[in-house]
Amino acid sequence: MANGRYGIHGGQYIPETLMNEIIKLEKAYEFYKNDPDFNAELDKLFKEYAGRPSLLYYAENMTKDLGGAKIYFKREDLNHTGAHKINNVLGQCLLAKKMGKTRVIAETGAGQHGVATATAAALMGLECEIYMGKLDTERQALNCYRMELLGAKVHPVTTGTMTLKDAVNDAFREWVSRVDDTLYVLGSVMGPHPYPMIVRDFQSVISKEARQQILEIEGKLPSAVMACVGGGSNAIGMFYNFINDKDVRLIGCEAAGKGVDTDKTAATMATGTLGVFHGMKSYFCQNEYGQIAPVYSISAGLDYPGVGPEHAYLKDIGRAEYVPVTDDEAVEAFEYIAKTEGIICAIESAHAVAHLMKIAPKMDKNDIIICCLSGRGDKDVAAIARYRGYNINE
Amino acid sequence: MNKISDAFNHGKAFIGFITAGDPDLETTKKIIKSMAQGGCDLVEIGIPFSDPIAEGEVIQNANIRALKNNVTTDDVFDMTKEISKEIDIPMVYMTYLNVLFRYGYEKFLKNAHDCGISGVIIPDMPYEEKGELQSIAKQYGIEVVSLIAPTSEQRIKVIAKEAEGFIYAVSSLGVTGERSEIKTDLASITKAIKEVTDIPVAIGFGINTPEQAKKYSAISDGIIIGSAIVRIVAEHGKAAPEYVYKYVKSIKDAIK
Repeated sequence: MANGRYGIHGGQYIPETLMNEIIKLEKAYEFYKNDPDFNAELDKLFKEYAGRPSLLYYAENMTKDLGGAKIYFKREDLNHTGAHKINNVLGQCLLAKKMGKTRVIAETGAGQHGVATATAAALMGLECEIYMGKLDTERQALNCYRMELLGAKVHPVTTGTMTLKDAVNDAFREWVSRVDDTLYVLGSVMGPHPYPMIVRDFQSVISKEARQQILEIEGKLPSAVMACVGGGSNAIGMFYNFINDKDVRLIGCEAAGKGVDTDKTAATMATGTLGVFHGMKSYFCQNEYGQIAPVYSISAGLDYPGVGPEHAYLKDIGRAEYVPVTDDEAVEAFEYIAKTEGIICAIESAHAVAHLMKIAPKMDKNDIIICCLSGRGDKDVAAIARYRGYNINE
Repeated sequence: MNKISDAFNHGKAFIGFITAGDPDLETTKKIIKSMAQGGCDLVEIGIPFSDPIAEGEVIQNANIRALKNNVTTDDVFDMTKEISKEIDIPMVYMTYLNVLFRYGYEKFLKNAHDCGISGVIIPDMPYEEKGELQSIAKQYGIEVVSLIAPTSEQRIKVIAKEAEGFIYAVSSLGVTGERSEIKTDLASITKAIKEVTDIPVAIGFGINTPEQAKKYSAISDGIIIGSAIVRIVAEHGKAAPEYVYKYVKSIKDAIK
């Protein structure tokens, strides 16, 4: 894999100022990923701090109600900080420490990755600054304060559309200004190589555990695994150890917003085209002149105009399928899983649950589906209430 | 068509940058003409991009203003073609790779050539990724300018050996923008470049005063100024050409 290519996707499209730093990061990672001490330390953090392994939960009520495939949820929502993001940040912050860095910066959309990074930085004694679109700081005011409680400084980003993509732009701009003591802890399987690989490897613990768990419980592999896709980190985590199991369908659910035939969408796979942005070649929502499109989803975590290069590749070769899910469908799923299973999941994860509700009834009772619940939904309760016309403030 | 090397044939070169379409393309044409009259040896025309990650606030805002005016790559080509008939100095495009990629490398480079463009500067295309563009650029006689940064270290020689047109030496860490102080040891970087290539070296990022221009042109073959010019345009809008002319002349006089 030269320069981190996934088929035609990936690469390292970044300013020269960052090239040596990216090469250093790649070398450090190649060393530490095979270092027994590093892995033992990370494993200990996963078990004793993050609460891994996460549960594989049999959703009996939904299975009976939907009347088809047997449904399991991989409960990443039960991790410390309430989402899968902690898997990646513990890995990257530990790597930052090993590289002698004293400061980490990160972008965040909904605030989950920012909170996770601030958490790991607090734990490991790293200085932490978070870049967050100004619109998102308003939508997710609680998460902003949470990051500050954890000792991080939050920079509201006022450029461009003031959302996730602009937060990534400003995090890159900050990193170019201060590379020596700082590591950019990227939150998804995106950006220049080696990030898509590093983030995937740290998130692949999801499918490593799930594969073992389902074999122990059911004695066979699932028919399908599924997850929501923004940049795609929980999805690649859920897919990775099943990629070689050719009979297991891999299904990614992206945010269609108001619908893929409207301009209020973030469904990159359904509506995007090939481009080069944020350090990678992949699919992006953009116009005919390559201007990156403003995207929309009810979910701030899926509100991103691109998708990770490995997902683009899995789509190209037909190994994974990607489907759009609208705001309405996701909100219905959010409410359904709450009432049926007593689980309030993140609105991001609810996109996967919505598609699960469509396909499970059509499948056989012998089929098994594992759906990743990437995060918990406490952060979304006020927004969902407003969506339903109740005026609740956080 | 003028060649990039023409810019370095008469003393120290002054390279000026302007974002196309800010405040509008008619004014951009007038500004380019003023830059040439004021003594610019090469003009860098920025094609606006929605997410210019190497730019500081001044040029970011210019990009936003231009895109609000619905300025497209095709409009910039038309403007370039017209102005190329009125000036006698080389011009290059500065933009982000996606603008070229989405337009189609072949089509973009052919059009650029037909409009009188001599080179391209792509800040998000490092040495490792330039292959896919450079082979096509060669066919159309367009030179791909390489950037060298304060952090380039052992990469300086590798990049310089394959460089075309001129080498853009980035003066400081960070994004574009005016700086009161530049800390990088640029003399050493220029020296390392000169050991492997005869291609001229121009220093950019942060330069805005005649004193800085004089200082950095003394240790290189020329200097690049962007944000200071774009700021004049932001302040004066359609009236900017005469202010740009005065500013450019003050810089050119300082480096003579």
